[in-house]
Amino acid sequence: MINISQEGYSKKVMDHFMNPRNVGVIDNPDGYGKVGNPVCGDLMEIFIRVKNDIITDIKFKTFGCGSAIATSSMVTELAKGKHVDEAIKITRNDVADELEGLPPQKMHCSNLAADALQEAIKDYKKKKKK
Amino acid sequence: MERIYLDHASSMPVDKRVFEFAKPYLIDKFGNPSSLYSIGLDAKSAIEESRIKIADFINAENEKSIIFTSGATESSNLAIRGTAQRNIKDGKEVLASAIEHMSVLNPMKELQKNGFTFNIIPVDANGIVDIDKLKNLISKNTIVTSIMYANNEIGTIEPIKEISEIVHEKGKYLHVDATGAAGKIPIDVQKDEIDLLTLSSNDLYGPRGAGALYIKPGVKVQSVLPGGGQEKGLRSGTENVFAIAGMGEAAKLVKNKMKVESTRLQKIRDKLITEILKIKDSYLTGHPLKRLPHHASFRFSYIEGESILLNMDMYNIQVATGSACSHKTLEPSHVLLAIGLKHEEAHGSMVMTLGKSNNIDHIPYILKAVNETVDRLRKLSPLVKER
Repeated sequence: MINISQEGYSKKVMDHFMNPRNVGVIDNPDGYGKVGNPVCGDLMEIFIRVKNDIITDIKFKTFGCGSAIATSSMVTELAKGKHVDEAIKITRNDVADELEGLPPQKMHCSNLAADALQEAIKDYKKKKKK
Repeated sequence: MERIYLDHASSMPVDKRVFEFAKPYLIDKFGNPSSLYSIGLDAKSAIEESRIKIADFINAENEKSIIFTSGATESSNLAIRGTAQRNIKDGKEVLASAIEHMSVLNPMKELQKNGFTFNIIPVDANGIVDIDKLKNLISKNTIVTSIMYANNEIGTIEPIKEISEIVHEKGKYLHVDATGAAGKIPIDVQKDEIDLLTLSSNDLYGPRGAGALYIKPGVKVQSVLPGGGQEKGLRSGTENVFAIAGMGEAAKLVKNKMKVESTRLQKIRDKLITEILKIKDSYLTGHPLKRLPHHASFRFSYIEGESILLNMDMYNIQVATGSACSHKTLEPSHVLLAIGLKHEEAHGSMVMTLGKSNNIDHIPYILKAVNETVDRLRKLSPLVKER
């Protein structure tokens, strides 16, 4: 059954899993992104506060495995303080690299945090146009 | 912090007495059991002594009905593929419950590819085999029906005696995977009228690398591993004497203490279940009463099992999960889906299986760890709506 057949996580992944940065929600955020769904076992929400196109605050909530939580935490660290046009370029690979790698089977299913950030920035830009 | 190991269903430490007993067969008495000189004969008699202990462990008719293999996976492969192929003229159908181990389901799928009909018997929400469906699906062409004695993920014990009567009324052979149940509850192959029974050494605190298949006298099986003809031609390959000798001794020791040990573990288990179910939106998986005495399995809403496992490990407590994220396939456990859980529910599972090293003093620390783990992960979860 249920033997853990994953390859182990790096120390950095475990650090972000155990001590995730920027957990929480932002009320009336300037941008909001949500990816995944609970059926697949991963769901991430990212909230951003933006001033003059700079991400001044970012929070996340994540349902999922160790790498889902660690990548969410990492992407918030990478994005904080960045211009939205820079932050939107952050890829899944960037997140994985910053975490000193993810087990191969986690690269796709549990590495959605960059996507959630991109959704949040798109949401911000859409709101800005209005 | 002292390690509290709660995953005995996946691996067990070897009993030190077992290791001491079997150690000579690695170094001094290293002979090949097929050789006629003295160290060969020593090895041979170690195997035969073990065979008697295993036969006694499950109340087999005689020791000749025990075939040693490399483990439970091989035993079940021999039981299913070896029996289906050998009896092909009597029919080409096989049956298994939906919650069987992969080492039962996959050999049956293999047979299906080779022209056999493979039907799956559903289970109810507690994991008990649907007896009416079994009656409907079984026919005179059903060569092997495979139902586990008890499930390793949800702890549910199946009504094997009742199942055996149905199987023998219409079908041919009943194979029972007793890997999870052996050593925790008494197993009597004659009383339950079992034709083929899978056992694993490690699940009895024996060394890995040995297993056994009980074959009732008269049941026709053919080898799935042809070669030098060891084990009455049913399992070729030089015997793993160390592991086989250890398995017999492990079975003997476990049998002597089973009643006392199972009662002791059940007390700890019951307390854990009572206290853990006080956590909001937590549920027991498997049967509340008909379950293995050392087994406690749960699911928690809004959180995911691999995170639970990793978080518990930070407390130096080892548990298991049926979450997709812990499997190579990235699918949630087929057992949890078979008992009717939705994917998102199956993801939040946690399994605790107790053993010798656990004691009643561990309970408060385990409960603290579970409560803090669930609490922390729920604080991270977007599925908890408390904004």
